[in-house]
Amino acid sequence: MLRHFYLIRSSFPRIFDLIYWPTVQIILWGFVSKFFTMHSDYFNNVAGVILSAAILYDFLFRSSISYNMLFLEEIWSRNIINLFVSPLKISEIIMALTSSALIRTMIGLVPAAFIAIPLFGISIFELGVPLILLLFSLYLFGVTLGLLVTAGLVRFGPSFENVAWASLFFIAPLGCIYYPVEILPSWVQPIALGLPLAHIFEETRNILVNQTVSFTNIYYAIGLNLIYLTLAISIFYKSFASAKRNGTLVNIGE
Amino acid sequence: MKPIEVKNLKKQFKTTEAVKGINFSINQSETLALLGPNGCGKTTTIGMLLGLITPTSGNIFINEEELNYKDHQFLNIMNFASPYVELPKKLTVLENLKVYGRMYLIKNFKEKIDQLIEDLNLKPFLNKRTGELSSGQKNRVSLAKSLINDPKILLLDEPTASLDPDTGDYVRSYLEKYKKENDISILLASHNMDEVTRLSDYVLMMKEGQIIDHGKAKDLIDKHGRENLEQVFLKLVRQKNEH
Ligand SMILES: Nc1ncnc2c1ncn2[C@@H]1O[C@H](COP(=O)(O)OP(=O)(O)OP(=O)(O)O)[C@@H](O)[C@H]1O
Ligand SMILES: [Mg+2]
Repeated sequence: MLRHFYLIRSSFPRIFDLIYWPTVQIILWGFVSKFFTMHSDYFNNVAGVILSAAILYDFLFRSSISYNMLFLEEIWSRNIINLFVSPLKISEIIMALTSSALIRTMIGLVPAAFIAIPLFGISIFELGVPLILLLFSLYLFGVTLGLLVTAGLVRFGPSFENVAWASLFFIAPLGCIYYPVEILPSWVQPIALGLPLAHIFEETRNILVNQTVSFTNIYYAIGLNLIYLTLAISIFYKSFASAKRNGTLVNIGE
Repeated sequence: MKPIEVKNLKKQFKTTEAVKGINFSINQSETLALLGPNGCGKTTTIGMLLGLITPTSGNIFINEEELNYKDHQFLNIMNFASPYVELPKKLTVLENLKVYGRMYLIKNFKEKIDQLIEDLNLKPFLNKRTGELSSGQKNRVSLAKSLINDPKILLLDEPTASLDPDTGDYVRSYLEKYKKENDISILLASHNMDEVTRLSDYVLMMKEGQIIDHGKAKDLIDKHGRENLEQVFLKLVRQKNEH
């Protein structure tokens, strides 16, 4: 367990970066939703919807990206082989990445969420207890995406990084972050509903708009998440096995 | 007990057959040198011993136990250093040593680190970021990392490449001294003939994934009627299809 702590500590710097980007995004979306409140009836009573969704989506984005950044940093610093020749297990690498990604994400998100309160009078904390479940769900999905991309990095080398970014942007429209699933073309809807994101953001809107909590969505999201997570973990293990066969672990940094 | 024994080890990458069925072993507390031209399969062999590359066929025994790629236990008694592997640049030298000390769960943590700092003369740049060091300084830190768990088996891939003669000599002397004082078996891949002559107890000459000759450095020189190992190397490597 101490190993994890040290792995986490070894990725501490750039706290400024971690806080800066979410905050800027929150401020931007804050003004956008303020503008909508002035001009749209629908958003009048639910000014927080867009902003809350933005904060939550940012949480997902961060947890996934920091997952990959942590791993990429080890590759760029050419330290990765030192980790592989130490007695660290793959499961320990997963644990270390997962927990340090959480810390990094929280460092970024918590200040941004607090800034939104006085600035726009909007607090994601209004979501209450279900917020924890929603965040947990988002985090699981972030970790899943992170694992998949990291598996790609292990298998195909650092050039796979571009796919990391592309995958997140590709998923965004399907995630129904800012709009209900019904907006999507009918043949896309089943795909969107197969992702936990649609359920998470559907529920976010439900809570904010209707002031009621429906746990069906939350359970759906967590269930789907667990399926994807299991899949991602097994792909992660497979990517190691295949990298060992192809010899890519030895010259992964090149 | 043989620290390392390798039987009919093969590695076929997609198109290249990097290692073509080699056999060798390292005796307790001895240093085995792997010599051979670029691309002959030295790094691939070391990679297989570390579990970084899965062999196509053949067996590896560490302390007479077949290497188990699922269980990383064997890595506790091994370690590795090479110029193509570096430590996290943003951490200071001391932090890096601590991180790796923890990673290997070493017992006498503080004493071990102090001793390495003392032995490898790391004091002057102990609190500098590792990324800011010269390659000679980095090399010493990497060496310290590779000894942090008191490995019984040490794998070194061209440990003194890119070092100036003075620093190279410092590292060689240190390894020589360390070997005398500790019970350690070393596998050394190197292109430096003086280094091999000085440090090794036994030499394997590799070419195109095969072992083309082996023996004590002195015996090889005598056998081939040359003056030094470099000439033996040139003779063997330039020979066509002897095996
Ligand atoms: N991941 C890989 N995929 C495909 N071929 C590889 C891979 N790694 C090494 N090879 C090939 O295997 C052969 C042996 O390479 P290896 O790196 O083991 O040589 P080496 O003896 O360490 O050489 P050098 O002295 O240059 O370090 C080379 O022909 C190389 O091109
Ligand atoms: Mg090599």
